[in-house]
Amino acid sequence: MSEEIESTVEKKSFSWGSAAVWAAVISLLALLGFGLMRSTETRPEAGETAPNVELKFFDGYEWEGRGVSSLEEMRGNVVILNFWSSWCVECRVEAKELEMNWKLHEDDGVIYLGIAHVDVEPKSIGYLEEFGITYPNAPDLGGTAAEKYNITGVPETFIIDQEGTIVHVQLGPISTRQLEAVIQSLIK
Amino acid sequence: MKIFRLPISILMGLFLFGMASASVIAQGSTPPPPDGEVREVTDNEVNSIAREVYCPVCESTPLDVCQTQACADWRDLIRTKLENGETRQDVYDYFAEQYGGRVLATPPREGLNLLLWIMPVAAVIIGGFFFSRFMKNLRMAGGDGKEDEIETVETAVVPPSSSPIPQSDDEYIAQVERELSK
Repeated sequence: MSEEIESTVEKKSFSWGSAAVWAAVISLLALLGFGLMRSTETRPEAGETAPNVELKFFDGYEWEGRGVSSLEEMRGNVVILNFWSSWCVECRVEAKELEMNWKLHEDDGVIYLGIAHVDVEPKSIGYLEEFGITYPNAPDLGGTAAEKYNITGVPETFIIDQEGTIVHVQLGPISTRQLEAVIQSLIK
Repeated sequence: MKIFRLPISILMGLFLFGMASASVIAQGSTPPPPDGEVREVTDNEVNSIAREVYCPVCESTPLDVCQTQACADWRDLIRTKLENGETRQDVYDYFAEQYGGRVLATPPREGLNLLLWIMPVAAVIIGGFFFSRFMKNLRMAGGDGKEDEIETVETAVVPPSSSPIPQSDDEYIAQVERELSK
């Protein structure tokens, strides 16, 4: 008799509708948790692996003749990853120094890589021409690079070693002296 | 679950209607100019698109009221694109592709962005479900003997020979029990 009661109660208490609603609730909570985790992500710091980014270079600013490349393909080189924008006043402070430094280390296995952040392409090209910049440059398509590096403004520079580890993060303009100090320690 | 069918159908209908209307509005109706011609674009046209795009630098500032150089550049870009005959939707698609869907006030309905559209509707449906269950439980707690679950348990527990209402000397309690069993 008691078994009969239990099975009757059990049959009545399970419903596919309830199961579906609970599954939806759990999924929504999981998504909210995921969103919360993403919103609290911080900028990658020195000692962390540099996030990979895919790049489609501006015409005339390719890397080794390739129109499309990624940071992973640049492993084995020191990479100076510089976020900039044509509307950014402080970027203009460092633009010439970066170009001069690139010329200095072009054959030392150092890659200078500019990423135009939320910029309009004709303005970006105008800026590169204005400062006579010749090293590889690409727009930040979809804002993915800025998102991965969690940048909060421009200019920001990440110096990445041959193993793909970030060794220096510079918020604001970077000087030749700072660049040299880090680069010399990496190419010794 | 029958009681949920009507509200769910209404909500789904509203949701689909909203999506279809937004899509039609977003298409824009300005015809492209003939080849080689530049269409004259007014500030109002530029601003009507710009107010649906957010400044990439300032937090939560629409492009039409933003004073930064970045926003001015983006407004110029919108004007150029309209002059070249691109539609409102073409401009939005370009901005989403170039700078990411988050710069648009209405993110594209694809990938994870779809969740932004689905979640509010899902939340309303789920909320309605729990509210209905809550109300149902309240009614059951109030002694609605017509509920299936209670009926089943009662039938199983109470022996058929015994009286449905226990005898009591207290006339008041007996009266209440009679009322509740109706």
